[in-house]
Amino acid sequence: MTNRIELHSGISRRGLLGLGLGVAAAPALSACGGVSTSGADGGEGAVNFLSSQFTQVEERQRFEKILGDRVTAAKVAFNPVDASTFATTVQSQVDAGKVQLSLVGGLHGDLAPHTGRLVDLDDVMGQLGDRGFASDLTELAKLGGGTAKYVPWMQATYVLAVNKKALDWLPSGVDVQKLTYDQLLSWMTAARQANGNKPVFGIPAGPKGLYHRFFQGFLLPSFTGGQVTTFRGPDAVTAWQYMKQLWAQTVPASTNYDSMQEPLQRGEVLVAWDHVARLRDAPGDKPDDWLMVPAPSGPKGLGYMLVVAGLAIPDGAPEADRAKEVVKALTTAEVQAEVLRQNAFFPVTDAQLPTDLPGAVSLEAAAVKAQQEAAGAIVSLPPVGVGARDAEVGQVFKNVFKEVCLDGRPVQGVLDAQAGQLNAILDELKVACWRPDPAGSPCRVA
Amino acid sequence: MRRGRARVPAAVLLIAPSLVVMTALFAWPLVVGVGQAFSGPDGPTLAYARRMLDDPYFWPAVRNTALLVVVLIPIQFAFALTMALLLRERPRFAGAHFYVWVVPLAISDLAAGLVWLSVFADRGYLNSVLEHVGAGGYAWLSYENTTTMFLAVVVAELWRSTSLVLVIVVAGLQGVPKDYDEAASVFGATYWQRLRHVVLPQLRPSLQVALILRTILALETFAVAQALTGRSLPLLVGETYQWYNVLQNPNVATAIALVVLAVSMLAAVGYLRLLRDRTVTR
Amino acid sequence: MSRRRRWHRAAVQAACVAITLFMGVPIYLIALAALSSRESLNRFPLPLLPTDPSTETMSTFLSSTGVTGGFLNSLTVGLGTVALALLVGVPGGYAVARYAFRGRDTYQLFLLLTRALPIVVLSVPLARVFLDTGLYDTTYAVMLLHTALALPTTVLITAAIFVGVPHEQEEAAMIFGASPPQAFLRVVAPQALPGIAAAAMFAFMLSWNEVLGATVLTLNQRTLPAQVLTTLADSPLAYRFAGGLALVLPALVFIAVMRRYLLNMWGTTLR
Repeated sequence: MTNRIELHSGISRRGLLGLGLGVAAAPALSACGGVSTSGADGGEGAVNFLSSQFTQVEERQRFEKILGDRVTAAKVAFNPVDASTFATTVQSQVDAGKVQLSLVGGLHGDLAPHTGRLVDLDDVMGQLGDRGFASDLTELAKLGGGTAKYVPWMQATYVLAVNKKALDWLPSGVDVQKLTYDQLLSWMTAARQANGNKPVFGIPAGPKGLYHRFFQGFLLPSFTGGQVTTFRGPDAVTAWQYMKQLWAQTVPASTNYDSMQEPLQRGEVLVAWDHVARLRDAPGDKPDDWLMVPAPSGPKGLGYMLVVAGLAIPDGAPEADRAKEVVKALTTAEVQAEVLRQNAFFPVTDAQLPTDLPGAVSLEAAAVKAQQEAAGAIVSLPPVGVGARDAEVGQVFKNVFKEVCLDGRPVQGVLDAQAGQLNAILDELKVACWRPDPAGSPCRVA
Repeated sequence: MRRGRARVPAAVLLIAPSLVVMTALFAWPLVVGVGQAFSGPDGPTLAYARRMLDDPYFWPAVRNTALLVVVLIPIQFAFALTMALLLRERPRFAGAHFYVWVVPLAISDLAAGLVWLSVFADRGYLNSVLEHVGAGGYAWLSYENTTTMFLAVVVAELWRSTSLVLVIVVAGLQGVPKDYDEAASVFGATYWQRLRHVVLPQLRPSLQVALILRTILALETFAVAQALTGRSLPLLVGETYQWYNVLQNPNVATAIALVVLAVSMLAAVGYLRLLRDRTVTR
Repeated sequence: MSRRRRWHRAAVQAACVAITLFMGVPIYLIALAALSSRESLNRFPLPLLPTDPSTETMSTFLSSTGVTGGFLNSLTVGLGTVALALLVGVPGGYAVARYAFRGRDTYQLFLLLTRALPIVVLSVPLARVFLDTGLYDTTYAVMLLHTALALPTTVLITAAIFVGVPHEQEEAAMIFGASPPQAFLRVVAPQALPGIAAAAMFAFMLSWNEVLGATVLTLNQRTLPAQVLTTLADSPLAYRFAGGLALVLPALVFIAVMRRYLLNMWGTTLR
C-alpha cells in the first residue's frame, strides 16, 4: 500500500524548532502596538471621530473625502462602527475617565443613551445662529434636558420606492404620488394576483431593520393621530387589522431584510418602504425605471417620521476645541449639500438643496419634499427623552407586529398586553409625550 | 497516577501561567458583567430575570438552542469520524481532500452565514439550480416553513463547524499506531470490531475534548442562524446580542448570558465526570 | 478478495469526492460572488459559472482605508496569539494530561468559563481594564484577549494528545541524562506535534476571525475583521463577499502550513 502522507514525516524536531522560531518572532513585529487603520494616526492634534453613520464601505470613502477636502480645521481620524460598538466605546471610555474620542456622531437614538456622558454644546449652538436649524431639531437635541447635548448633523425620513414595473397593476384612478393605505393594499393585492401569486411588497422587518418606525411614525399616526396615547384604542385596532391584511400581501422573506435596497435591486421586491439612505442604491444606474413616492395617508392624515443625526462631544474629550471647529465645518451649507449629494442624508439647516443631485437622490428629494408639504401631514418624532430605552420602546411595536401578523393572535388582546409593557417603561421614565401625541406629562397609553 | 500526588508543585507550576492570564483578564470583567444581571439602580433585583422570562422570544430561543445542540452534535461527530476514517484508508489525493475539509475553519461565522444565505435565499443558488432543472423554487427560509428553516441552519452549521471536530480527531488518530489495527486484522477482526475495540478507545481523550468544546461552542451559535433566519429562529446567544446591541439593555442580556453559561458548565461537568476515569490511566 | 478490495477503494474514493464537493462548493460560491459584477448577483436564476467576471468590487474593497494596516495588525495579532497561547497553554495541557492534581476539573472548567459567556457581556468591563492599563488601542491588548480566548482549546487539545504519549519514553530519556524540559522537548513534543499544530490552527483562526473583542479594544489600530467585518454588514452584497474572500485567503495559507504538522505522523513507525 502506497503511503502519500508519509512525505510529511521526518520533520519532527527541526520542523518543531522552525515553527517555534517563526511564531516567537511574531510579537516583535508589533513593536509599536500596531499600524493605523483610520487614515489619520490619531496622534497629536488629530480629532478622533467615532460615528455610527457611513459604515458602508463606499459611503465611508465618500465621507472621508468630504472630510479631507472641506474640513480644514483639523485632521480627522474617521472611525465608523456599528451602533453597538459605538455605544460600548463611548460608555467604556467616558466611564473610565480615559477618553480618546474627540467627536461622536450618531442618530438621535444612538446619542440619547449617553446624555450624561456628553458635554453641553450651548456655546457652539450660539455661534451657529446663522445656520437656521429647524426648532424641532434643536428641541430634540436637548435630549430631554435644558441644554443642547448635540448639534444637528443630518436628517432623513422614510419613503416608498416603486419599481415602474409595478405601475402596470396600479388600479385605475389611483395617483401613485398620493396613495392612501387602502389604495396601497388593493394595489399590492392586484399585483400579487397578476404576478403568479408572488407578493411584490416589502418592509425591512429583519433583526436590524427599521420596521418599528413604520408603525410608530407612519401607520399608527395615519390611522390614530397618535403614537403612544392611542396605542390600544379602537383606531389602533383598525390600524393593526389593516397591517395584518397588508402583511398577507407582503413578501414573507421580509422578516430577513435589514435594508430594502438589495431586495429591490434583485427584483425580489418591487415596492418597498424604508429609510432614504437604505433605498438610495435601489435604482442603481437606471433611475428612469424607478419612482420614489411619499408614504400613504390614512384616515387621520399622512403620518411620517423624521430621522435626525447629531454631533456630540464626550465628557473629557481631548482636542475638544478642534472638535468644535469640525462641528462648525460640518454644518456649513456646502458640506451639508455635499453630504446629500454623496450619501443621501438631507441638510438640517435652511440651506438650499443643490440642483445637480444624482438620479436616485433627486428622486428621493422630490418625494421627501412632497411628503413634508402634503395636505394633512402629521410629523412624528422618534421617542424623545426615553434615552437608553428607545430600542425597548421600539421593541414593543415590533412585538405587536410579531404577535398580530406572524402568530395571528387577536389584535385587542395583544395591544392590551403590550400596552402594559409600554406603560411599565414609560412610568419609570416619567417623560412628556412627543409629537404627534399631545404634549402631556407623564406620557402613557390611555 | 502513582507519581501524581508527589508532583503537585510541578503541576501547579505548569498551570500557573494560564491561570494568571485568565485571572488578570477575566476575573474583574466577569464579576462586573455577571453583577449586571442582578443589580438595578436600587440594589439587588430579580426584575431583569423576570423581564427575560416574560419576553416572547425567550422560551422559543431555549427550545431552538436545545434542539440545535441535540440534532447537530451527533450528526457532526458521525460526519467527522467518517471523514477521519476515510482519510485513514489513504485515498488518492488525501492531502487535497483533507485541505478542503478543513477550510471552513478559516471562514468567520459572518462570512459563513452570508454564503449559506446566498444558497438558501428565495433567489439564491439552490433555487437557481432547481429553476435550471425546471423544478421551481421553494421558500426555504420563510418563517412559515420552520422545518426547512431549521434544517438550513443545521446544514450550514454542520458545514461551518465540523472541521473543528475533524482536526481534533485527526490529530488524535495520529497517535493510534496502525500496527495495532493491522495486528487485529491479521487475527481476523472485522472492520467494525477493529473500529469498536481498537480505534475508538484510543481516540477517547480526543473525542471527549472535541465533545466538550463543540457542545460549548454550539450553545454559542447564533451568527449563521441570524443571517439565515433573522429573528424567526431565535437562539439564546442571538437573544443576548439582541438585548445588548439592539435593545441596549445589558442587564437582561447578561441574565440570558448566564443561562447559557450555566447550561455550558453543566454540560462540561457532565462530560468530565462521565469520561473521567480513562484520562489518567497511563 | 481483490475485486472486493477494488470495490472498497472505489467506495472510499467516491465518498471522499462527495464530501469534498459538499465542503468545497460554498467556498467556490464565495469566490464566484466576490469576483462577479454587482449586476450579475441580482440576476435570477443566478449564474453558476463565472460568466461575467469582474474585479471591480474586490479592488474597491482592497483600496479602502485601513485594509493594509488592518492586514498587518491581524497578522501580528494572529501570530502573537499563537505564540502566547502555545507558550502558556501547552504546559497547562501537559499538567492536565500527566498529573492528577487536585482541582484539575475545576481548572478545566475555569478555562472554559470564558468561552461559555458571550463576550458581548464582558466587553464594557474588558475595555475598562485595558483603558486603565494603557493598553487600549494597541495590538497587544487584542493579542492578550485572543490568547485568553484560545487557551481552552490549546490546553484541552494538547492534553488529549499528551495522554497518548507513553510516559516510559520520557523516563528513559531522563535516565540517559536529559533534564525534564529536555526530555519534554526531545521526546514528548515531537510526538505531540499534531495536537500542537491543531491547537495553533485554532488559535490563529480564532484570532483571525474574532470581531467583537477587537472592535471594542481598539480605535485606530484595528485588526482586519474589526476594520471590515463590522461595517460590511451595511455594505452591498458584492462587498460582503469580497470582504469574506479577502479574509479567507491568508487563513488558507496558514492552514496549508499547519497541515504538514498535523498529518506529521501518519503511517510512520515512530513507535
